[in-house]
Amino acid sequence: MISYILRRLLVAVPTILVLIVLSFLMMHYAPGGPWTSERAFPQAVIDALNAKYGLDKPLVSQIASYTWNIVAHFDFGPSLYYKDRSVADLIAQGFPVTLTYGFWSFVVAVAVGGSLGVAAAVWHNSWLDYLAVGISIGAQVLPNFVMAPILVLVFTLWLGWLPGGGWQGGAFPYVVMPVIALSTSFMASIARITRSSMLEVLNAGFIRTARAKGLPMRRIVLRHALKPALLPVISYLGPAFVGMITGSVVIDIYFSTGGIGQYFVNSALNRDYFVIMGVTILTGALTVLFNLVVDILYAWIDPKIRY
Amino acid sequence: MAVLIGRARARSMPAGRSLWSDARHRFFKNRAAVASLVILALVAGFAAFGGLVAQWSNEDIDWAVLGDVATMGRPSLSSGHWFGTDELGRDLFARVVQGTQVSLMVGIVGALISVIVGTVYGAIAGYFGGRLDSAMMRIVDILMSIPYMFVLILLLVIFGRSVFMLFVGIGLISWLDMARIARGQTLTIKHREYVEAALAIGVGPFTIIRRHIIPNLLGVVIVYATLLVPNMIIYESFISFLGLGVQEPLTSWGALISDGASTMQYGTLWQLAFPLFFFVVTLFAFFFIGDGLRDALDPKDR
Repeated sequence: MISYILRRLLVAVPTILVLIVLSFLMMHYAPGGPWTSERAFPQAVIDALNAKYGLDKPLVSQIASYTWNIVAHFDFGPSLYYKDRSVADLIAQGFPVTLTYGFWSFVVAVAVGGSLGVAAAVWHNSWLDYLAVGISIGAQVLPNFVMAPILVLVFTLWLGWLPGGGWQGGAFPYVVMPVIALSTSFMASIARITRSSMLEVLNAGFIRTARAKGLPMRRIVLRHALKPALLPVISYLGPAFVGMITGSVVIDIYFSTGGIGQYFVNSALNRDYFVIMGVTILTGALTVLFNLVVDILYAWIDPKIRY
Repeated sequence: MAVLIGRARARSMPAGRSLWSDARHRFFKNRAAVASLVILALVAGFAAFGGLVAQWSNEDIDWAVLGDVATMGRPSLSSGHWFGTDELGRDLFARVVQGTQVSLMVGIVGALISVIVGTVYGAIAGYFGGRLDSAMMRIVDILMSIPYMFVLILLLVIFGRSVFMLFVGIGLISWLDMARIARGQTLTIKHREYVEAALAIGVGPFTIIRRHIIPNLLGVVIVYATLLVPNMIIYESFISFLGLGVQEPLTSWGALISDGASTMQYGTLWQLAFPLFFFVVTLFAFFFIGDGLRDALDPKDR
């Protein structure tokens, strides 16, 4: 197990490094470099800026120092658009927000999707099953940027139950719609995956044995069927994580929650390179680490995996 | 030889049915898929010919409604604004036609790029195997574990926001899944008798890939490509929703949904409803067609 984890780390670390180098190279070869803006700077200013941020040195040493600053000091450079603030400041400010509703979306998607899928499989071909299948087909075409306006339309404009945006330190009414908008499509996918794998498991021989022994259905499902049925769900958690981190950008923009996505899009609109690179690298690193955790979890649960 | 086979076929199988005609038969028995095909044809027709019947151009501002879009800009037959107007007094029908064109094009071109690159990449990796295979698939693994949307936005920022860049960016990412699927399929195909026969008579590896592997991958590839199109549309709409995708005066479903969502509190609901309707209906159609094709072309997967 330890060697498996080490081997996976051996892949994960280069992946993050590749991401850093690639995004730096993209910035380096961008037409005009990082200092392009509406008002062209005089060459002397550009030279001074380049000297200040070490961009006048050879490319290799630039990449090395950029990488070193990130790894050793968590320093992603300055923000050019949000004056007087570093990228690390923006991340420190926005990330807790994103993490809060991201975490709850994840919990909701897994808990609701998982139980819906299990229920649909256990009561196969009942109204519950049809409802679950209907929901999961419908939610396929409702990505977060479609869900968000619909939710605001219904719950804010028509019913007046929930505030249409803002964060207020994460007070409950402000978290509800972001969580629903972000989790819906993943909830549907998890429900679909759980349902089909649960159906397969329930037809397996060991379940028939358990039934023949006279075990109650509850016990069969919870003790025997659940664990193998959840394996495909675990392998879906990685893509779901990527999707949610990506979707958080829409949530931040639409609900003005003040998360990291808001800074990301504003920076993208204003060519604030260091922020874009910083957020890209950070989310990339998080994704790689999350996938690592998922793989280890998978290997730990599934005895068939050899490591 | 060919004549002999032809004669044998004519004698022994009067109602000769190829795998493809079998598949077509299965597909047309699936009512949801056929209905989706019709709907998709209607949407495509709307994109292709909607511009001809529109009463207004998509760029002209109707000054008569500009001051009071919420009441004057309503969908109506008499004013010629069948879908109403947008916030700037432009005809929404013409805008939706244009958005549909862009979104469908992005979806189809993105899927095409992924089909071509992914299939060839996967077939090569799977056929040669060994070190080349693990290296090529390791690259795919690494690229897959990166949150593509952020990289895509980074690309768009650096090289300028344009439809062309959007195609390149989406194409760069979309082939990864396809490569994995094609590789997996190639691994089973390459041990079939006809490949061994080709090897035995000294056919070169690239000819085998071109003549034997890729044609036999087609079924799976087509199924997956129809499921890719809606995903590409979702990607593009996502980026355009954020204002980072296609730029004015061009538009797409994502941009129109974003516009509609930002004005709905003024009671101009049609600005959200029409683009949303086309988005949802088209996505549904693609998913059902994909399902139908999977059942038709890949019967073992049912």
